[in-house]
Amino acid sequence: MKKRFFESPAASFKREQTMATIVVDVMLKPEILDPQGNAVASALPRLGFTFATSVRQGKRFEIEVEGDVTPAQLTEVEKAAEVLLSNPVIENYTVRVEK
Amino acid sequence: MRIGVITFPGTLDDRDAARAVVAGGAQAISLWHADADLKKVDAVILPGGFSYGDYLRCGAISRFAPVMELVIEAANNGMPVLGICNGFQVLAESHLLPGALTRNSDLHFLCCDQELEIVNNKTAWTNSYSVGEKIVIPLKNGEGSYQCDDQTLAMLEGEGRVIARYVGENPNGSRNLIAGITNAKGNVVGLMPHPEHAIDELTGPTAQGLGFFTSILNAMVK
Repeated sequence: MKKRFFESPAASFKREQTMATIVVDVMLKPEILDPQGNAVASALPRLGFTFATSVRQGKRFEIEVEGDVTPAQLTEVEKAAEVLLSNPVIENYTVRVEK
Repeated sequence: MRIGVITFPGTLDDRDAARAVVAGGAQAISLWHADADLKKVDAVILPGGFSYGDYLRCGAISRFAPVMELVIEAANNGMPVLGICNGFQVLAESHLLPGALTRNSDLHFLCCDQELEIVNNKTAWTNSYSVGEKIVIPLKNGEGSYQCDDQTLAMLEGEGRVIARYVGENPNGSRNLIAGITNAKGNVVGLMPHPEHAIDELTGPTAQGLGFFTSILNAMVK
């Protein structure tokens, strides 16, 4: 089969129209020490940013799927977040569909 | 006696671990992460390093390697397993040991000779030591801070499942100065510092790490 390496702007636009993004945010649990967040919090005032009382740092996953997101897909993503994307011992996660 | 040493992509300390196994008096068998084959070993060591580049979380991806499915099953059936440094992180991610290893509290990668106190000598990997014995072996990691919830900590302390503690200043923010723990049966041990780098005085700071590798022979002979 011949591979297509480039797609036309119209085809690309059409493809993007049929993709949806599921976002998984993973954060350390509040009781777990976050040295990276602390380091950011102490760097901010050195740069003149004095607004922060604390900073927590986490991870964000953007998962693209074909077409509209189904409840079954969301359940699968939840499962993946529990098993792989987060470590439930130290982290919490949220799953949402990006508009 | 055959002791398997697993190599993942990014593992660094497999050769030292194999050398330590031989120095302890056993045969070292190389195991490859992608092979679902334990080659009839009697025990397994997960060595240190940066398996899968520490992507996502240290040990998070290694935990799903084909060989790990077999290690988890065998460990649950009582096979002795020692996880050193990154290996400890893999064991925690595999839920063979409770808790998790997180960033060192000062964010620095540490590399030093660290004094430890052995506090449990009943496990398959620590029976050559006496309780209260102090040893000096290398500590080298960026994510060695042992964390768990209060309930888990109380359980570990109550059941005597802490096997070694840091002596002196807390190097990485670990709860209760925990350097190593074991599971309820005492066959699975995770240790942050590196005994395999301290098996003779020519190449290590001391030879005091050798006890981990002679302990396993005692455990199998019993």
